This record gives sequence, C-alpha cells and structure tokens, in this order.
Amino acid sequence: MAQKVLMKGNEAIAEAAINAGCLYYFGYPITPQTEISEYLAKRMPKVGGLCLQAESEVSAINMTLGAAAAGSRAMTSSSSPGISLKSEGISYIAGSDLPCLIVNVQRGGPGLGGIQPSQSDYYQATRGVGHGDLRLIVLAPSSVQEMASLTAEAFDLADTYRMPAMLLADGALGQMMEPVDFSLFEKREVPEKAWAANGHGGKRKKNIINSLYIDPQELEDSILARYKRYAEVEEKEVKYEEFMTDDADIVLVAFGITARICKSAITAARADGIKVGLLRPITLWPYPKKILNSIAGRAKALLTVEMNMGQMVDDVRLAANGQCPVHLYTRTGGMIPSVDEVENKIREIAASL
Amino acid sequence: MKTVYDRPHALSDVPLHYCPGCTHGIIHKVVAQVIDELGIEDRTVGIAPVGCSVFAYNYFECDMIEAAHGRAPAVATGVKRTHPDTVVFTYQGDGDLAAIGTAETVHIGTRGENVTIIFVNNAIYGMTGGQMAPTTLPGQVTTTSPYGRDRKIQGSPIRICEMLSTLDGVAFAARTSVDTPKNINHTKQLIKKAFQNQLDKKGLSIVEVLSTCPTNWGMTPQGALKWLRENMMEYYPLGIFKDSEAIR
Repeated sequence: MAQKVLMKGNEAIAEAAINAGCLYYFGYPITPQTEISEYLAKRMPKVGGLCLQAESEVSAINMTLGAAAAGSRAMTSSSSPGISLKSEGISYIAGSDLPCLIVNVQRGGPGLGGIQPSQSDYYQATRGVGHGDLRLIVLAPSSVQEMASLTAEAFDLADTYRMPAMLLADGALGQMMEPVDFSLFEKREVPEKAWAANGHGGKRKKNIINSLYIDPQELEDSILARYKRYAEVEEKEVKYEEFMTDDADIVLVAFGITARICKSAITAARADGIKVGLLRPITLWPYPKKILNSIAGRAKALLTVEMNMGQMVDDVRLAANGQCPVHLYTRTGGMIPSVDEVENKIREIAASL
Repeated sequence: MKTVYDRPHALSDVPLHYCPGCTHGIIHKVVAQVIDELGIEDRTVGIAPVGCSVFAYNYFECDMIEAAHGRAPAVATGVKRTHPDTVVFTYQGDGDLAAIGTAETVHIGTRGENVTIIFVNNAIYGMTGGQMAPTTLPGQVTTTSPYGRDRKIQGSPIRICEMLSTLDGVAFAARTSVDTPKNINHTKQLIKKAFQNQLDKKGLSIVEVLSTCPTNWGMTPQGALKWLRENMMEYYPLGIFKDSEAIR
C-alpha cells in the first residue's frame, strides 16, 4: 500500500533497507550518518534482523563481507573518513565477487575535515575505493525519496551483478526531512546465491570465497571475467534525469543535493529568457557518458556544479570530448553553493556566448 | 581388512605447500580429525588468514572464506551472526591474529561470539620470509630484528591466551604444542573442546598452538622442536587459561 511518511534521509535509508529484505547491518558511529545505526538498532530486533556495532569501520566492512559471503543481504554505512577505513574491505568484497550495499553520507575532507555536507568523495567512489582493478555501482540520490528507492534498487543491482554497490549521499540529504513512499522502487528478480559459503550440507562440493590468485594468468582471467560484467552494467544500468535540456544552450551537470540547487537557479535564469537546463547523473558509475556526449554536441556550453574542488568535471570533460566548453563552479569544505551563486555563473556564461 | 588410520575426510586430498618440518600440516590434520569426529563438515565454514596458512581454503573440505590480513574474526562474526546454525572457525597465525588483527581478536572476545579460533604461534612471519612477529621472543634474531629482539626498542612479545582470558565473552583459552605425539593428542582434545563449546553456544574458544618454522628460524626440523621446547614454552607456558568447565 502506497503511503507517504515524513522522514529524515538517513532514516529513510535504514527503513528502505529493511523493506528491501536486508536484515543484517554492521556499523560504527560517525557524523553525519549515525541515525542509520540508531534507527536500525531500534528496528532490526523487531523484524528478526541484526544491527551490530563493530569495534571499527574496518571490522564493520569485514563483518559485511562475512555476511555477504554466507549469502545474506547485508549492508554497512559510514561517512567519508570511515569509508577510507572500509576501502580495504571493499576491495576484498569486489575481488571476491560479493554483493552488498555500502552507504557513504559524505562530509568534508581531507583528514578529519568537517561534519558539513560535501561531495568530495566522488573520486574515491568512482575511481579509488580500494586497491586494484575494480568498480562499484555508485548511486547518487537527490532527495529523501531517492535515498529510499535507490537503497532498495542498489541491493538488487548488487545481487544481479555480484558486486558491491554504494549509495553516495551527503550530510544535507542525510539530515533533511521530506515525504517518502517506500513502495516506490523498481524491484527485479535476482539470481540464487549458489556460490555462498554457508555449509555444503553434504549436497555439493565446497564453495570457496576468495580474492587470491597466485598465478598471474588466473588473476588476469578473473579480472577480465569481472570486467565483462562491468561492461554489461555500463550497457544496461545507466540512470540520469534531464531537466529542460531540449532547447538549452547551457546545460548544467550536477548530482545529489547540488542538482536541486541548480534546478532553482535554472528556473530563475529561464524567467529571464536564458535557455538553460540540467543533466543529473543518478548513477555515477556507470556514468551517463552517451547522453552527455550527445548534449555536448548540441549545447553551446556545459557547467559542472559540485561541492568539491572539481572532481566529476573530469567525467564531464571526457564525455563532452571537446565539443563545447566545460565550465566549473564549486564550493567545498562543507559549504553549499547558493542558488544566487549558480544563477550568476549561468548569467556570466550566457553573456560570453 | 580393518582401516586403523586414514586421512580425515575434512582434510582435502591435495599436496600442502608448507615447508619441510613445519607443523602447520599436523595442526591442519588435527582440526580436520575433530571436524570428522564431531560430524560437522557439512555445516562448517572455515576462515583462512593471510600468512603461511593463506591457502588453507584449499586444504579443508568444508566451505571456506579467505579474509584480509587480520580480519578473520570480523568475517567469522558476519557468517555466524547471519547463519547461527553453521560451525565457524578461523585459522590464523601470529602476525595476522596478534598484530594487524589485534582489535578484531579482542572484540570477537568481548562479544563472546560462538566461534572457534585456531591460533598458530611460531614467533615469526613465515610467508614474507622471516620478519619479527608480535610473538618473537626477546633476543630472537629475525630479518627485521637482526641483532635480536630488544625489549627497549621492539617491545615485548604478547601472550594472547592470557590477555583474552580476562574477557567475559571468552569461554575457553588454551595453549598447547604439537612437538610430541603426546602433545598432538592433547592438542586434538583441546581443539575438540573448542568446537564442542561452539556447538554448546558457550562463547569464544581459542586454542593457541606453538608451532615451528625451521626454514625461517634457520634450524633443522628436530632442532626447531628442541628450540620450541627450550625457549617458546618458557615464555608461552602450556595450559588452560580459561575454561567454564575444566577439560577431563
């Protein structure tokens, strides 16, 4: 039954996980995502699940690995510094072909950084979370509703492709309250986990969950097989939203909370006759390269807006491939760009066209 | 004809990679015998470490998971908590369990997980070629303590069983050795108890097995066993440090 409730973004993630059949959560407190742990500590015992507080983020991700290896739908969550600690485990999870969900409610960095919202883990999520050749499916919600629906979809994606998925949110989305409907997500059939290590029961040969291949040829073969799956993800699972792009001379590219600010700036600039639109990547990996390439072919300029020093702009430039200029506007360190700032940047670019 | 001795079913019929004289093979066999005798292979999940026994996933016939260095207790927790009917054991060396994985080792004890830990202490990092371990003895020469471990510089070795026995969640902590047939039999008894405790849901059980590394100690297998008896047993006394029910 569809029903809307008013909820904090972090709590929406937690409830959506239970709703998606995830009964095992392993966490460690860190601002600004601790409400996920607190919510699940209350709810899990009531639904026959488990919310376990580990001694560290390192341990929490490895508990998640163990749960996933045994065939359970499992998740962990943290914020930026904690994700750095989890990156070892994430690499092992990717290398062992295990599905699970990792939530990053980003805050400012580097180091201890700050506790205000940020998007400065874009590189980490899409390029460098853990050593080795690997990818995560990275989903970027832009509302409390998407915190819920993308959490649910992330589990199915992870199971379908036997790989970890990350929900890349930020402190603003985690803390703000909006209406959310937990029935709004795309559910899919997922494969059986015949590979799980949970006792052979005398009915099959033993299963081994492992990321070690001492023979380089075997290691290369395993990576090539994994990259075939990655190619399928890139082919089938790209998600994005277009906003007023049809006739736009200037197209903004922004994800997460920043995209909402851009929409307000676009509406204001449109009122003055500036033809401007937005492409909002929902999957940061796989990145919406094709649509962005075609937009770059017909727009006069692109403007990337991010809450970091310019990280996603690399992907925008790669997709645009020199077809039009790519501008950048950023705030960082926990500062959020205002609608006026973005609107001024749009006007500045419009005046130069 | 009656079979009086055979390879345990839970021990895979493959060549082991261990060096001549290393006692890992004996400890593997003992663990496998216990799994056979308790009839639990079908529901057992083993967690392999990083170190000399990194390939343990190839040597046991139960389901196996390879963990990152030191993280086996966390992985074991993830399996056991989501599948309480499984029997979960970790097999870890001293670098893995007592250095990089110290936090995981302590906290699997604080949580009192129903898991069995087999801790193989040979006082050296074997896989990487003989570096100083957290359990390297004072004065012991390794490639990273070439003048002998100096307590003033490198600190003192850690006694894991004694430390863990202070934790309420630890049901059983025992140190043993496989240097003689008698001690091998005793080790089997202790390991069986450590698995039985898990079946009885008593909490964490750990059996520390003193082991030799002739290759990296630079000794013959016989000389290594003698060195273990004369040096390791003095610093690491054999015995049961914690037991909710004393072994008979």
